[in-house]
Amino acid sequence: MCRLIALTSEEPLSPMIALRALDVMREGHDGSGVGLLLRDLAGPFENMKNAPILSGIFSEKGLKRLDRFMMDVGFMTKYRISVKPPKTPPPGVPRRDVYLVRAYEYPEEWENLSSVELYSRLLILRLELQRMGEEKGDMIIFSFWPDTIMIKEIGEPLELAEHLNVDRMDLGARVIMAQGRQNTNYEINLYACHPFFIQGFSTMTNGENTAFIPIREYLMSRGFQGYTGYQSDSEVFTHILHYTLSQLGLSIETYKHVITPLQDEDLKKHPDYQFLKQLKHSCRKLIIDGPNCVIGCLPDHSLFMAQDRKKLRPGVVGGREGLFCFCSEICGLDSAIPDRDKSRDFQPMHFDTVIVGPDRKEAEICCQTQQLPRPH
Amino acid sequence: MLSNAAITPSTLSVKDLPWQILWNKDKCTLCGKCTAVCPVNAIESGVFRKRIVRTSLEQGATQSSDHSIFYGIRQKTDPAYSCVGCAMCSLVCPNDAIIPVRSDEADKLRFHINRGGRPRTRGGRRNVSGSLLDQIKFIRISMLTDPALDAGRHEFELRTLLGRILSPEENLKFVEENGWIPPVREIYPLIIGGMSFGALSPSMWEGLQMGVAYLNEELGMPVRISTGEGGCPPRLLRSRFLKYVILQIASGYFGWDEIIHSIPEMKVDPCAIEIKYGQGAKPGDGGLLMWHKVNSLIAAIRGVPSGISLPSPPTHQTQYSIEESVAKMIQSMYMAWGFRVPVYPKISGTSTALAVLNNLTRNPYAAGLAIDGEDGGTGAAYNVSMNHMGHPVASNIRDCYLNLVKVGMQNEIPLFAAGGVGKTGNLAANAAALIMLGASGVQVGKYLMEAAAGCLGSESDRCNICNIGLCPKGITSQDPRLYRRLDPEQVAQRIVDVFISFDIELKKIVAPLGRSTSLPIGMSDALGINDKGAAERLNIKYVV
Repeated sequence: MCRLIALTSEEPLSPMIALRALDVMREGHDGSGVGLLLRDLAGPFENMKNAPILSGIFSEKGLKRLDRFMMDVGFMTKYRISVKPPKTPPPGVPRRDVYLVRAYEYPEEWENLSSVELYSRLLILRLELQRMGEEKGDMIIFSFWPDTIMIKEIGEPLELAEHLNVDRMDLGARVIMAQGRQNTNYEINLYACHPFFIQGFSTMTNGENTAFIPIREYLMSRGFQGYTGYQSDSEVFTHILHYTLSQLGLSIETYKHVITPLQDEDLKKHPDYQFLKQLKHSCRKLIIDGPNCVIGCLPDHSLFMAQDRKKLRPGVVGGREGLFCFCSEICGLDSAIPDRDKSRDFQPMHFDTVIVGPDRKEAEICCQTQQLPRPH
Repeated sequence: MLSNAAITPSTLSVKDLPWQILWNKDKCTLCGKCTAVCPVNAIESGVFRKRIVRTSLEQGATQSSDHSIFYGIRQKTDPAYSCVGCAMCSLVCPNDAIIPVRSDEADKLRFHINRGGRPRTRGGRRNVSGSLLDQIKFIRISMLTDPALDAGRHEFELRTLLGRILSPEENLKFVEENGWIPPVREIYPLIIGGMSFGALSPSMWEGLQMGVAYLNEELGMPVRISTGEGGCPPRLLRSRFLKYVILQIASGYFGWDEIIHSIPEMKVDPCAIEIKYGQGAKPGDGGLLMWHKVNSLIAAIRGVPSGISLPSPPTHQTQYSIEESVAKMIQSMYMAWGFRVPVYPKISGTSTALAVLNNLTRNPYAAGLAIDGEDGGTGAAYNVSMNHMGHPVASNIRDCYLNLVKVGMQNEIPLFAAGGVGKTGNLAANAAALIMLGASGVQVGKYLMEAAAGCLGSESDRCNICNIGLCPKGITSQDPRLYRRLDPEQVAQRIVDVFISFDIELKKIVAPLGRSTSLPIGMSDALGINDKGAAERLNIKYVV
């Protein structure tokens, strides 16, 4: 299993809060990977919300290739944080030359593009960089998106934080997602490490996706360039989220109806029966079949947690107005937000999606048997 | 036969036949039941001459050489009356005095069953034992990382869809615009394949229909049954049970006059319409109901004169190109039921299946594609067609599924696999393997004849006389003396048994794979096979 934590806060938080919570939950992961996603950034990135930020790991040669490539496309560096870690990494952590987070200015000719076109180009550029990196093994690209930083590495969360000096980095964010990974079926590959990210949508998952192959085949046949990768069976959850919201234009309340639809008896009683029956039929290939707990983040910085039909994975949501935490275990939640009304903690069950909107006022519990929100 | 008697090329001895009757004189009571029951008159009561020589070494003792006779059972060696191995004689013998035994070498009869220049026709399956499907194992067992599910107590939703499913984008658009969304049926993934009224006896047909009605109405299992090409009894057409029935139309159009005329009187719509273009047991050949079985009842339902053979043409007479005629036929059928009933073609397994499929992907009405592989059964076909024609179903289904994946329509046109599913008794394992290779469901016929009615036919060429209406179990006979042997109520009960046990076994397969929320269509990562060539061909794991 893996352990997950996501925080959303009005005040910027240090990623260390999430990494410490992961450490509290260390019985549930084995140090085979840590993933960290920061959004709604503070600090030096606060004033460059629209600038695309590239996050990745580079060798010296890779960095030079990156510079040349980005210059050729016309991207200029606006700001960067690069970490050259000590020569001897902690046990289990590979030796790397540079961890890089770099904000760019768009090329001039990109400035008047529509957002759809812009997002599509950013995606294509990230895929191209990933491809270049895989070709020579000198770059690992995690994300290339405005207001978004992503770091992934193999190792124990706290040891890595120390190794990379995360505490002293000027990294503050209002949305943080982190995963401590238990490597099970697949060889250790950083592209298999959660959270996954595509065009502002991100998810991380606890559990194994037993329907992975048919879902992967289906997504790859959608004709959308970003539906690729799949070093992990959990990457499909991010892409299903993207497909549901971005391609089909449905709401986050409908996501759960796609990945784990109601069974026929419950469906017949649902006020939106006709619509949901159609959705269940046409999105049949996206049914995940679990067991999975999915925690995700939307482009507007809403956070959500959804359990699959089996509800075999732990997940709890707690917090207070202005600060909420989505976590695998209560001990992690206690570590992240000790001063909260614990009686209001909520563990979503097989029908539930918990959503904390961008205003961070409250955790909304959306039961799958409820009527779907009507379009305005 | 005298040792110096004339022989002909087709003079055979008992040894030359595929089946030898072993008869025990000591146990036999000469009751005559075996000779009465034998469907092909292979045995008759015989008078045997016997010499008893009594000699003694004692001086003066009487010595004798007497001839006596005794009565017993004699096996005929005329090819027209050769034993088919059905063993009904054993079944009826009160003393277990008689049994047919398979010859220890290839028979010589096979060279002689074409008298008058007429090649052998028969029923059953291709006479090849074993099945590739049996070699497929389910290897992706959920262990500690995602616990296996409890097949007995977990909830499962193992349904499949029959009908043209729209892409999510189109579907949402049509929902919003109140557009026409093709009819889709949620059904059980094990379908009773087309066996016509005519090929089957009235008792068998009634039993199947009763079993299906019980499964639906009492057990909530949405099991569907195809009529095969032989029409549908008028009362069923006008009953509420029609919704469990897939009406098949094939190249002979038998019974369709009745069906079309009863449309205004139908209380419910049928489940679907299956257009049969081919059959796995005799690909490229039409249906064949021989005159033996065309009695007045069958003739009335089919709308033909009685007592004549009914060979359907190999192809639909209206068809000269798939692009036009198949599309037209599918559309006409949709139109007949007001676009409320899914219509899909069934073809025999063939290397041209992809061409058919590609055509269907461009036809917005095609509700699926059923492919019947070379191991499919039949009531009557030429032996050569059954044994040598056709395509294995596994690779055909796999190719089609992967092709749909390539064009992104794997959820839109459901594939149904048939032909030898459960051939060696492993129904659930074979069905699950085909589903994970990409089928949305499977059709079975022969298995149900065996399991629900005690069919004796086998791939060792036992019995297989469905074609001449002499089925000793009354399953494929139209002779009331024979089909009265079969009690429809008991067939229905066995159908229910089979489906319930299939359901349990299917759960015992999918639960350890961690699947319960949806049928694992195309979950090929769960499959492995100990055959490198097959693994490569089917794009599944090679495991040793």
